[in-house]
Amino acid sequence: MYHHTHSTVGPRELPMARSMCWHCQSEVAGEYFCERCVKVQPVSKDLDYFTCLGFPRRLTIDQHQLETKFYELSRAFHPDFYQNKSAAEQTISLGNSAMLNIAYRTLRDPIERAEYLLDLEAGSVKEIRNSPPADLFEEILELQDTLSEYRAAGHASETESTLRAKLQSERNTLEQRQREMEATLQQLFVQWDTLQDRGEATDQARTERDRILKQMRENLSNRTYVKNIVSDLASTIG
Amino acid sequence: MARIVGIDLGTTNSLVAYMADGRPRVIPDRHDRTMVPSVVAMTDNGLIVGDPAKEHLTRNPERTVYSVKRFMGKSLEDVQGELAYFPYHLTEQGGVIRIKLGEKTYSPPQISAMILKELKRRAEAHLGESITKAVITVPAYFNDSQRQATKDAGMIAGLDVLRIINEPTAASLAYGLQQKMQGTIAVYDLGGGTFDISILKLKNGIFEVLATNGDTHLGGDDFDRQIANLFVKEISEQHGLDLNAYPDHMQAVRLEAERAKIRLSDELKTTAILDLPESKGRYSRDLTRDQLESLTMELVERTLGPCRLALNDAGLTSSDLDEVVLVGGATRMPLVRQHVEALFGKQPHCELNPDEVVALGAAVQADILGGGTTDLLLLDVTPLSLGIETMGAVMSSLIRRNTTIPASAKEMFTTYVDGQTGVDIHILQGERELVKDNRSLARFRLKVPPLPAGVPRIEVTFLIDANGILNVSARDVRTGATQSLAVKPSYGLSDDEVERMIGESFKFAADDLKARQLIEARTEAEAILMATEKALKQGSHLVGEEDLSSIRASMAAVEAAKSGEDHKTIRAKMADLEKATHHLAEVLMDTSLKAALENKKLSELTSGK
Ligand SMILES: Nc1ncnc2c1ncn2[C@@H]1O[C@H](COP(=O)(O)OP(=O)(O)OP(=O)(O)O)[C@@H](O)[C@H]1O
Ligand SMILES: [Mg+2]
Repeated sequence: MYHHTHSTVGPRELPMARSMCWHCQSEVAGEYFCERCVKVQPVSKDLDYFTCLGFPRRLTIDQHQLETKFYELSRAFHPDFYQNKSAAEQTISLGNSAMLNIAYRTLRDPIERAEYLLDLEAGSVKEIRNSPPADLFEEILELQDTLSEYRAAGHASETESTLRAKLQSERNTLEQRQREMEATLQQLFVQWDTLQDRGEATDQARTERDRILKQMRENLSNRTYVKNIVSDLASTIG
Repeated sequence: MARIVGIDLGTTNSLVAYMADGRPRVIPDRHDRTMVPSVVAMTDNGLIVGDPAKEHLTRNPERTVYSVKRFMGKSLEDVQGELAYFPYHLTEQGGVIRIKLGEKTYSPPQISAMILKELKRRAEAHLGESITKAVITVPAYFNDSQRQATKDAGMIAGLDVLRIINEPTAASLAYGLQQKMQGTIAVYDLGGGTFDISILKLKNGIFEVLATNGDTHLGGDDFDRQIANLFVKEISEQHGLDLNAYPDHMQAVRLEAERAKIRLSDELKTTAILDLPESKGRYSRDLTRDQLESLTMELVERTLGPCRLALNDAGLTSSDLDEVVLVGGATRMPLVRQHVEALFGKQPHCELNPDEVVALGAAVQADILGGGTTDLLLLDVTPLSLGIETMGAVMSSLIRRNTTIPASAKEMFTTYVDGQTGVDIHILQGERELVKDNRSLARFRLKVPPLPAGVPRIEVTFLIDANGILNVSARDVRTGATQSLAVKPSYGLSDDEVERMIGESFKFAADDLKARQLIEARTEAEAILMATEKALKQGSHLVGEEDLSSIRASMAAVEAAKSGEDHKTIRAKMADLEKATHHLAEVLMDTSLKAALENKKLSELTSGK
């Protein structure tokens, strides 16, 4: 039998709101299983991924702890262990597992984690940027020209190899840019976590919060833009 | 809970296994063979499966089906390119291939069901109990239609398919359990018809698949084809014979090509020999391993791309891997091993029999589902991205490839026109931008209450279950009402059709049983006649004339019954012959011959006990 253990992340809100056990109607005190009849309880659809996995809303997460928690909850929810249970429990197991899997997938990756947090805190970031960030504008325009020249150039021609070299160096520059953006993001993540840890409710804290979120949003969308260009480049010049 | 068996339903060979005392075991037949060739033949007396059916490949090529797995979940168009290689006749109905055998046509799931039934029988005979529940393996790279077709096959065979699991993952379960393997591993599975690569993390009993890739149309069959093509070309050049006009000879070429390939895994040189039609004598050809390798190099190299993609998706490089495991008969080829070793920079493992390891893993998974094994858990992924068609015939992705399953995604739908009562939804699977470059899975029409445009809000949930199979449900957000969806598969049997096929399968079971009993009786009669001949040669001088004439008469009776259609008569005449030879057996001092006569069973005769 599975034993629920609290993660070591520290005191946290219990993952589920107080509610009735779907089976025995006794009060479920926030565990994934009813304490009285031991039946699995559905994870609320409104639960955010951080809470689902028992982590606070922070952008630095210990990967090892996250994985341990994911494995622990997988053992609790996976349909394999509900084969001999009622149809209702099988449905809950399926839903909970799907939720857990998407939660883990999202939180595992630092960028996706940040995008998700931003979404929770300030609405979606997923609108796709289709013009280059201002400071890269000139560079990208030129790159676009070189790319079309390269595509038009005769196979194995001299122009082709000159252009290829040029594109290769562009690629290196852009990859460097992407790394810089990621480093900036990393700093913003730390700033966010520090601010959260302080837990102040002052005007100053609120302004700071909005600034971090705004910068994060900008950096995330610029990074995605650059990353897409880099992978385009990579597939063109191989 | 009733016992659950694990089944490897392979392109070339199928196996069934079960778990006992914490260890998975493959179930052999009476002759100690663990593999059932995935071959089904339609004879005048009904359908036969496995080794006896294999004999019909050259005798009756138009009515003997092999490699049917290649057609699961496919339309005729999908396989146009290789139709010429198959001697049996294929048609299509409702997006599903049909195989014509005599008067009747069969869908690939029905043919697969015959193989499954054979495995079911084998398990029932071995375990002495009725078997109704199974875990069946599929290539990891199988799409939704191919998985669903496999599940349909199980149902038609009268099996409750509790889980479809991926072949390489099953293999990892067997390695994890039997070899205590841990860490990050790659499973390279090259079978008869399909290639899979899976990257997994094995830690504290959790088997987490990080990424998978493959080619569901690449395997040993394709290697054989390369060799066969060469033979056919040479025969045409040397003898002016186009073997394509002789389906039976084409099958002989294919089988000889396979045998040569297999021999060249151990030897550096071999000779292929074929009898030619039209009294053109024989074709005999030396083939070296080098020649085989240059014929098949390109195919082996085709497996490397998917390996790199899988590593990339897992966010790893080959140096991050702790172990590499080889699965599938075709990995016995030295060329394959060299390529795998070079790519991953590691000596690959093959401690567990590559033919059996998938079935063993399926048995482990069966035991997990049955509640016997509680410390292992497999977390698999969906191999292909799932999405829906949006404006401009573009696919919008909802669940990305290599997402851990079960996985779900929700999408909200509304209307663009006042009073619109339906929204058409087209579900796709694949990695490409445009709808036409991906696999169409299914279509359905969402019912919407007639309201002003934009007001209705219908939430559709796409759920990929632990089998990797899609389930769709819809809910009206305004009213909370759920609606049942009539999802029409693009390349699959409808529920009604499966229902009908289940019925038919029971109806024909009696005929098939008769056919099998007849074949078994004939084979055994053949064996006892041979043994008696042998005994007579050695000992006829030791018994009287009366004994001898009674033996000869009984032999003639067996011979006559053997060409009849009734297995009971054959058995009765065999019993008579046994009585008639009793004295001869007694006087024969040669113990092996004596044993042969007393134990009429073919198994004991052939295994020389
Ligand atoms: N010693 C050998 N050398 C080379 N090839 C071999 C050898 N032994 C078996 N094979 C090939 O392996 C293939 C069968 O392998 P296997 O039984 O693993 O496939 P399968 O499970 O039926 O197919 P799949 O997994 O693709 O559905 C055949 O093509 C066979 O010719
Ligand atoms: Mg196989």
